Amino acid sequence: MSNLRFTEQALSEWMRGSGQDSDIVISTRVRVARNLQHLPFPLLATNQQSEEVLEKLKDVIGEGAVTEETGSFHTIILEEIGDLDKKVLVEKHLISPSLANESRNGAVILNDDESVSIMINEEDHLRIQCLYPGFQVREAWEKATALDDVFEEKVDYAFDDKRGYLTSCPTNVGTGLRASVMMHLPALVMTQQINRILSAVSQVGLTVRGIYGEGSEAVGNLFQISNQITLGQTEHEIIDNLHSVVLQIIEHEKNARTKLLNDSRLRITDRVMRSYGILSYAEVIEAKEAAQRLSDVRLGVDLGLLEGPASAVMNELNVMTQPGFLQKRFGDGMNPGDRDVCRAKLIRETLAQKAKS
Amino acid sequence: MMCQECGSRPATLHFTKIVNGEKTEFHFCETCAREKGEMIPGTPNGFSIHSLLSGLLDLDPAGKGQLAGAKAPQVPRCEECGMTYTQFSKLGRFGCSSCYKYFSDRLDPLFKRVHGSTAHVGKIPKRSGGKIQTRRQIDELKKELQYRIVQEEFETAAQIRDRIRELEKDLA
Ligand SMILES: [Zn+2]
Ligand SMILES: [Zn+2]
Repeated sequence: MSNLRFTEQALSEWMRGSGQDSDIVISTRVRVARNLQHLPFPLLATNQQSEEVLEKLKDVIGEGAVTEETGSFHTIILEEIGDLDKKVLVEKHLISPSLANESRNGAVILNDDESVSIMINEEDHLRIQCLYPGFQVREAWEKATALDDVFEEKVDYAFDDKRGYLTSCPTNVGTGLRASVMMHLPALVMTQQINRILSAVSQVGLTVRGIYGEGSEAVGNLFQISNQITLGQTEHEIIDNLHSVVLQIIEHEKNARTKLLNDSRLRITDRVMRSYGILSYAEVIEAKEAAQRLSDVRLGVDLGLLEGPASAVMNELNVMTQPGFLQKRFGDGMNPGDRDVCRAKLIRETLAQKAKS
Repeated sequence: MMCQECGSRPATLHFTKIVNGEKTEFHFCETCAREKGEMIPGTPNGFSIHSLLSGLLDLDPAGKGQLAGAKAPQVPRCEECGMTYTQFSKLGRFGCSSCYKYFSDRLDPLFKRVHGSTAHVGKIPKRSGGKIQTRRQIDELKKELQYRIVQEEFETAAQIRDRIRELEKDLA
């Protein structure tokens, strides 16, 4: 149970770094899906077979192994940790909900700064994920492919001449590569250009996902853009395509921000300051409102309308205000009403503390 | 995964809702999703990739219709893990890497629709990929050979043919 330090802090250490265009691109993630030869995919694997997969993979990058760039690795067997810890790992995007809830002999290997997450017995035998702050798709791919090589030295992958790396889902076959960026696009949402842009994006082989609440608007104006095609393009083509489309979205968002400032500076400043005021003083706040207010404040800081908090603080609050993390911090058995009180308290204290430092 | 509403049709719409900070995952079939009026906002038709995929798989003519029972033996089956093509089209997941071989005939149109392509051109495993590298090289040379012949550059063509033979010897 000593691994639980990964669920004590809301913010992964890697998120404290800054990357290119980190005012608009929050983070970059690249994952490759791989499977072992001669063993059925996790969907059909027997308990014994999934155990064999776990045994073969968990020691390739062994407990405490140190590589120069990534720091040491730690293996967490999912069945050995509690539900709340699983929930927090999901909220920190270090494991998928399906690894947390549905896997058999599932495990995750994390490095010290949590920038590498290697899932075992998820939908595929092996999923290597690399996370970077800001917009760093190429860097993330380079690290993922290097780790992939480390595994490939020790185990035989299911690979086919014609189809490439074989995966459980036909949407991942070929490269097994999914590259994605998390973007904060408040100005495109406010100026009502977002739907036009997202539908254009979906026509060039990319997928868009948002986090949605009860209405139809994305909560916190956060959107994840990723490649849909994995077969028939090289990894570099996939990465370059995503890269160039994201650059264009960044341009559109920047233009929309400039337009907002020019056309309605007073209105936007008022909105940012109101949100900052509410986050600083509210006694009760729901998750959805918190996400929207945090988005406003982040935009205010980016536009220079408001001094601090740094983007790392905003990222931290995004994770901190999730239900699993709140429970972890304030104790089990909270009802949603209690959570709203705890959430408000946590935000107030964090903002006050960062204002002092 | 089956639809959480009716339990009888495969779930093709997967999405997350947040109410009071509590994340809930939804898995509906298209019919139930339409009845409930639940759509995924943001995506052009409100459908996720899996609905698209499952829609494509449903095009499979042997998988449905009144004759399905009578024609059952013709549905391809993976000898390795036992999954049938019908099961695959319901689940949207392969059972093992051999499924790709046993369902091979039906996969080209599927991959064409999902990826716009049927063949991998990316990374190759370093250790086991030597032969594949050679085979890719041979394919390239064969294309060039054709081109040289059309251009009536027979001397160059002969050199390329020799190179192909050498490489093929390496493979054997
Ligand atoms: Zn249904
Ligand atoms: Zn199979």
